[in-house]
Amino acid sequence: MPEFVLTVARFGFLILLWIFVFTVVGVIRRDLFAGARSSRLVAAPRGVGASTGLPSRPAKVKRGRAAHQLVVTAGQLAGTRITLGEAQITIGRAEDSTLVITDDYASARHARLVPRSGQWFIEDLGSTNGTYLDRAKVTGPTPVPLGVPIRIGRTSLELRP
Amino acid sequence: MTAPAVPAPTPATTGEMPRVRESSGRRNAELALLVFVMLLVLAYAATVEATALDTITSDFWIPVALVAGVFLGLHVVIRFLAPYADPALVPAVALLNGLGVAFLRRIDLAFADADERADLPIFSGVGGRQLAWTLIAVVLAAGLLIIVRDHRAVSRYAYTLGLVGIVLVMIPAVLPSQFSEINGAKLWIRVGGFQIQPGEFAKLALVSFFAYYLVRKREVLSLASRRFLGIDFPRGRDLGPVVAVWMLSLLVLVFEKDLGTALLYFGMFVVILYVATERVSWLIIGLLLFFGGAFLAYTLGASVGGPFANFYQRAQIWLDPFADPYADGFQMVQSLLGLGTGGLFGAGPGGGQPNKIPLVVSDFVFAGLGEEIGLFGLSALLVVYLLIVERGLRAGLAVRDSFGKLVAGGLAFTLGLQVFVIVGGVTGLIPLTGQTTPFLSAGGSSLMANWLIIAMLLRISDAAGRPVTGATGGRTSGPGGGGAPAQLHGAPTEVIRS
Repeated sequence: MPEFVLTVARFGFLILLWIFVFTVVGVIRRDLFAGARSSRLVAAPRGVGASTGLPSRPAKVKRGRAAHQLVVTAGQLAGTRITLGEAQITIGRAEDSTLVITDDYASARHARLVPRSGQWFIEDLGSTNGTYLDRAKVTGPTPVPLGVPIRIGRTSLELRP
Repeated sequence: MTAPAVPAPTPATTGEMPRVRESSGRRNAELALLVFVMLLVLAYAATVEATALDTITSDFWIPVALVAGVFLGLHVVIRFLAPYADPALVPAVALLNGLGVAFLRRIDLAFADADERADLPIFSGVGGRQLAWTLIAVVLAAGLLIIVRDHRAVSRYAYTLGLVGIVLVMIPAVLPSQFSEINGAKLWIRVGGFQIQPGEFAKLALVSFFAYYLVRKREVLSLASRRFLGIDFPRGRDLGPVVAVWMLSLLVLVFEKDLGTALLYFGMFVVILYVATERVSWLIIGLLLFFGGAFLAYTLGASVGGPFANFYQRAQIWLDPFADPYADGFQMVQSLLGLGTGGLFGAGPGGGQPNKIPLVVSDFVFAGLGEEIGLFGLSALLVVYLLIVERGLRAGLAVRDSFGKLVAGGLAFTLGLQVFVIVGGVTGLIPLTGQTTPFLSAGGSSLMANWLIIAMLLRISDAAGRPVTGATGGRTSGPGGGGAPAQLHGAPTEVIRS
């Protein structure tokens, strides 16, 4: 074997090795953004990920923007965010609640947020101290607009796009 | 398995199609990466023969084609049984395993007589055995994916697995040395010409048990505490299990004379504990206990000797390998010289003299590779390990149930710690202990156990990537449908603290 071929093979292999590493990183990156986009946490990345062929899902809300996050704005859990999917969110002190709040004025099973055709409804589950949407006490399933505080004891929650 | 906390809402018919396409996109990426990996390994095998033999034999591609075949088989299994699994995991592992097989064959070439080199049978020597073990290990991994359709089903056998794990760890310690000792470490079961290292398999069993135990105990461990020096420390009575595992790993250290394995089990437990409770104090306690134990073993080894002498000797070699370069420090010195000879870009595949390094097929495989691919190549391999660990941790972050989180975190960390222990040992960063380099070292036990770990990570990452609701009912109710997850606080949420 001529020396030249061996040298090319030797360095070519090392370069290929690193190209592989960067390809894997690229795949991971694309996967990360594709996953984020399906839950709409991050804005669609520029250029990358376009090949995964994710057509934008038909808008489920007729008017305004859809809610994608539930943010705790006041109370002990302030700052907690929950990414909204298609499952309901139960709120209360019970262990199996989706959002477990440690609030003295909250009941074990206090309230739940239910999605119905793209709109989220808040429903009180017979709590002791009641659930308030802004200032109004929630009696039946009530649609929750974006940015309007849901008050449970000392805790305040908001839907965010 | 349906999570009891989520009564299924009206299934959204929209959005199913793109998700299906998303999963097949992942699989296609995996396939493309696998093909790339196999070409890379093929290029390596060809370069080795061109450099070492000065010619390329007509059947150099057969081992590569065989491993490529089983990897593609695994890919097909994943495509059907874990369609949402991580796309980077299998190709990254395949690269390490493929290079391992090719490098071990290269070592066979180095040890063979000059006139026999050209026609070395494929299944002969260390490389051939590794090839056979790879085929078996990948089939085992596929088997795990076929049997375990839902990782939460594993938690039902947690106590059995814990017992099995401890028994596996302890067998070599109680066996007489002639059945269990190789190179000063009692880690083996040797029957006839056949030997297995049961401790490798214990990792998976112990991680599952720890995860299950901690999911049940995490509340008391993370809430009850006493504040001291600004750090929340757990109550004395809650320290019981940690101390028990510490004792276990010290026993391993004493009776099996292996610091690396002891560090591995202990680190594994402490990190799972930390992940379960989110409390830094466990890490501090763990590190203090480990360094305390290691220092105690060192002092006892210096003064009393006996079972600690081996550890003391290794620490001495680590402190100054060149003190006795032809006897005690021989392995370390040859390893360092090999790495040094390789330099930045290495001598080229097939161009080095890996046969000069003792134990180059098992403990020192990284030094042997380093001589030929240099720092440039070794760091690529280290990044590949890093990516594997990162994907494992990512699966743990993304999966929704606590048991899966702890198992994935624990397994990924264990893999990373093992790489650190052996690569750190080979390069002289920490005292050398005889661990295998995952997927590269010769050895069926290690290969099979690590492939099982990867299969478990694939299973968990599949559960993590799968859409929460919608028409996946047939798949989610796997054979493991039953009461187990009800006991686990598998909160179906994804909480991100900002």
